[in-house]
Amino acid sequence: MSEKNERLIFDVAYQPQVRTTIDTRRLMSDVIVAMIPVAIVAVYRYGWHVLVLMLTGMASATFFEWAYRRLLHKSITIDDFSAAVSGLLLVMVLPPQTPWWMIVIGTFFAIVVVKQLYGGIGKNFLNPALAGRAFLTASYAGTLTVVIIDGTTMATPLSYLYSENPLPFSVAQNFLGKIPGSIGEISSLAILLGAAYLIVRKVIRWRIPACVIGSVALISLVFGHAGYGRIEWMLHNVLSGGVMFTGIFMATDYATSPVTRWGQAIYGIGIGALTMLIRYFGGFAEGCSYAILIMNLTTWALDKACHRHQFGVSKEDIAAAKAAKKAAKKEAV
Amino acid sequence: MAYKFKGGVHPDYMKSPQTPVTVIAPPKQVVIPMAQHIGAPCKPLVKVGDYVKMYQKIGENPAPVSAPVHASVSGKVVAIEPRPHPLGDLITAVVIENDFQDTPELMEPLTEEQMKDPEAILQRIREAGVVGMGGAMFPTALKIRGGIGKVDTLIINGAECEPYLNGDHLTMLNFPEQLLKGIQLARIAQGVEKAYYGIEKNKQDAIDLLNSLDPAKYGVEIVPENVKYPQGGEKMQVKAITNREVKPGGLPSGVGCNVISTRTAYAIYQACYEGKSVVERIVTYGGSALAAPVNALTRVGTSFAHIAEQCGGFVKTPRKIVLGGPMMGICATSLEAVNIKGTAGVLFFTEEEDKNIEDPVCIRCGKCITVCPMNLEPVYMYLYYTKRDFDMLEKYHVTDCFECGSCT
Repeated sequence: MSEKNERLIFDVAYQPQVRTTIDTRRLMSDVIVAMIPVAIVAVYRYGWHVLVLMLTGMASATFFEWAYRRLLHKSITIDDFSAAVSGLLLVMVLPPQTPWWMIVIGTFFAIVVVKQLYGGIGKNFLNPALAGRAFLTASYAGTLTVVIIDGTTMATPLSYLYSENPLPFSVAQNFLGKIPGSIGEISSLAILLGAAYLIVRKVIRWRIPACVIGSVALISLVFGHAGYGRIEWMLHNVLSGGVMFTGIFMATDYATSPVTRWGQAIYGIGIGALTMLIRYFGGFAEGCSYAILIMNLTTWALDKACHRHQFGVSKEDIAAAKAAKKAAKKEAV
Repeated sequence: MAYKFKGGVHPDYMKSPQTPVTVIAPPKQVVIPMAQHIGAPCKPLVKVGDYVKMYQKIGENPAPVSAPVHASVSGKVVAIEPRPHPLGDLITAVVIENDFQDTPELMEPLTEEQMKDPEAILQRIREAGVVGMGGAMFPTALKIRGGIGKVDTLIINGAECEPYLNGDHLTMLNFPEQLLKGIQLARIAQGVEKAYYGIEKNKQDAIDLLNSLDPAKYGVEIVPENVKYPQGGEKMQVKAITNREVKPGGLPSGVGCNVISTRTAYAIYQACYEGKSVVERIVTYGGSALAAPVNALTRVGTSFAHIAEQCGGFVKTPRKIVLGGPMMGICATSLEAVNIKGTAGVLFFTEEEDKNIEDPVCIRCGKCITVCPMNLEPVYMYLYYTKRDFDMLEKYHVTDCFECGSCT
């Protein structure tokens, strides 16, 4: 063999020598693509200014991520698009009359305080967009707890559902989005399109959204409400407010949801149950975002509690180990 | 019908079994490392200046966990000295100057009587230096012997789930009858009535061919398996065929199974019917540094430099030499290293294929959990590893991991 080859220096690495090409950027790009139907409905309903708000959210979130990491001499992570996704998600859960500067403040809180102070992507324990929304709603309650379209304050379906006034919308209107509501939450149809895309692309799995939406449906079906048929009541509860959007786009946030199967199930059911608790008894009309923030805090504990069954260890083995432990204890006593 | 195991992935298979099996011309010199198995390395039986014949035994160790090594060409021993071993390090090796005569020294084939005697078969398997040729290189005689009495199911691993590799597939296509006979011998040695041959369904042509030869005659049942990496993992094979799960830290024999590879079964055939020891095998050569992938019969002890030359040289500068498949294969550091009994493939990767992420960021997407065939939680294992918290790692059953790499 020629001398040239003998002088080659080879890389050495632990196996595996090939890896998946799926990276954070692809996953985040998919999330943005999945929000296109929602965005189209929003622009159609509210006008071009909501598109400006969306772009503002994405740009400012990206800027804050860049600035923070730049100032602290950390690696720049904006090219994974995760900040842009957080910014976009924040805009989607705010009402259409939100002024652009509030979005800038919200993304600052979401990106710098909630995400980066805890170490950046994957390390935050609260959903940045929802925490940003909670921060803004607390700070500018007067502006953000109502929906104003063309200068007129509109009541959302949820505020009708839990009041004396009869609901002026049909289930179909609610499903298609012919209702007032937050920018991204109005059309369940558009949200479902996005969800289907995310599931097909294997970005999210069905378990968490199914548990959230399923438990909301079940609880509203069982408890019902005076003046509504049970099925009608159930459908309105599922389609109104943030259940669909946050249940699909926010509750599935990787960093703040459990990774174990049973952990995910309990987490999803917890979100649904807390949402309904807040709706029935709480002071707010909508509780979904708070339900998610509360359940975010349980993620770590749920994962610890829901270990997977170890390969090669059968139920009998576990029972035997338990019995042995008990016997040892008895002996010690 | 095969059972399913949980998890698994579908890597880009990059297979090209259609290439007819070519032959890598034996080199001028072969370097036979004295360690081509798990266990005690062999001591050379020859001296510098000796003339050796092909298939002749040139190294041995009486220790129980060991397997002898044999000359892969005939010629003169020119050196006995430490040489680069493919698994790194320098290992004593016998260097033979090839006389290109391939003068053989074969063992007597076993008689029909002997082929019914487990002891005779096992002795021959050991004598011929048969080791686990799927890559682990555990001495096969010992593996079978250790399972006698405990094992009720013999499994032949024909999954070949690693990308690139085709050696097993081509062995099935080219030597189906020999393969079945080899399995029959392994089965007799093991003392079981039936052997199961698990083959992934992407090798349908091989499955059909083997089935057309009436495998029941040899006490073999062909089990088509789902195409999913790591189907060829020992524990996955046991699960797929018997639905039993190997205990943590245990061997398949703990649940009454023994798994041997396709190539090993063929080596058993050669040892018993033809009296040949293990001196060559089909190796897949691939990677974009080579002009085209080749599956070639290659003598043990052929240097990677010679192989690359025989394959038409490099079209791009190789950055990494991967031994075995890309998922579990390890890296060789030198072109002077040689292929050994356990080498199923040699991949010459260029910069493009040589992806290695420094300090990856985990976003907790949880995909690693869904694909782990051992039901582990790699996301937390990574977390505790970065904190060097080995107690927690143990709690997460880190020792159950067999490094299939699905989670990456």
